[in-house]
Amino acid sequence: MENDGKRRLVFVTVGTTSFDALVKAVVSQNVKDELHKRGYTHLLIQMGRGTYSPTKCDGEDGSLSVDYFTFSSSIADYIRSASLVISHAGSGSIFETLKLGKPLIVVVNEDLMDNHQCELAEELEERKHLYCARPLTLHQTLMKMELESLVRYTPGDGTPVAKIIDRFLGFPDD
Amino acid sequence: MLSLVIVLVVRVVYVVMYQCGKPFPKGASRSFTTLIVLGSGGHTAEMLSLLSVLRMDRFTPRFYIAAATDNMSLHKARSFEHSLADDKPAVKEDSSLQYTQIYRSREVGQSYVTSVWTTILATLHALWLMIRIRPQVILCNGPGTCIPLCLIAFLFKVLGIRWSSIFYVESVARVKKLSLSGLLLYKLRIADQFFVQWPQLQNKYPRAHYVGCLM
Repeated sequence: MENDGKRRLVFVTVGTTSFDALVKAVVSQNVKDELHKRGYTHLLIQMGRGTYSPTKCDGEDGSLSVDYFTFSSSIADYIRSASLVISHAGSGSIFETLKLGKPLIVVVNEDLMDNHQCELAEELEERKHLYCARPLTLHQTLMKMELESLVRYTPGDGTPVAKIIDRFLGFPDD
Repeated sequence: MLSLVIVLVVRVVYVVMYQCGKPFPKGASRSFTTLIVLGSGGHTAEMLSLLSVLRMDRFTPRFYIAAATDNMSLHKARSFEHSLADDKPAVKEDSSLQYTQIYRSREVGQSYVTSVWTTILATLHALWLMIRIRPQVILCNGPGTCIPLCLIAFLFKVLGIRWSSIFYVESVARVKKLSLSGLLLYKLRIADQFFVQWPQLQNKYPRAHYVGCLM
């Protein structure tokens, strides 16, 4: 869903920590070119505690506009206004984006020690809810990305857990 | 000495075996003192998703605990409780809701020498909170913050101080392998009911309930 037919935003989020490798990857020339080719007009990066600040660009000359900020309390609003989300592998960002029905590329941080987070991204990629990449393969992923082949995620809830807990404690079923 | 050990072993077996039964007398009107351990970030979001479908009148009073370094989780729990209170303005007793932070035994990057002291401090703090709260139901979903609390709850059960039911929901981020906290509570049979959100995990850990994604 595009906002007005002209502005098509790519929103990048690294979460509460830092993920400079992702920021560097999205502002690399070949990634920016591919995004531009696909009709995206704006690139907005939430860079967290990262130290690498990309060059801002207003996009006046018809190129991709680039902007960034560190933190915001309303990440959901940015996701809502985006046409594509590129996110770190945290489950919070992943499900927030999927619930809003936005196309998502998850980029796994290979520098993390306990890297169980790629399990979730890979599983959801297998189920065609998103694309999963590494900083160095982001460009390739963008090249092969077909948004039509993504399957919309149906959110789950805690009802099955609640049922078992209630039964275990001896409460009658509602 | 030997008889004491035998009595303890029998008691531990009894506590573990009781997990398949209903530990409390039946009665629909009862409600349980509930301890909710919030894990930060995605863990807290998943816990609130579970709480939103539980019948809260059955889980009252509620004590929320989060790590001392986690400033967001209790804030989120408060706004969740406020949203409940908006729905039913009749219920508004503050004593039935408490929010507490707990010391962690070891922070990321902390040296092992100082962590001996902080572990003792964290254990004493957990013990003090558990003596004060004496929960009948514990809801947790990792990470490590819930471990000392669950161990103490198990100890209370063995010693007959307080009976409780411990429910652990493994994080949605765990698809193929349990987290360390999950593995401990599963293997030691401390969790009375253990939930996983992906079918691959239930194949590996058959005592777990597969419940689909909470998110």
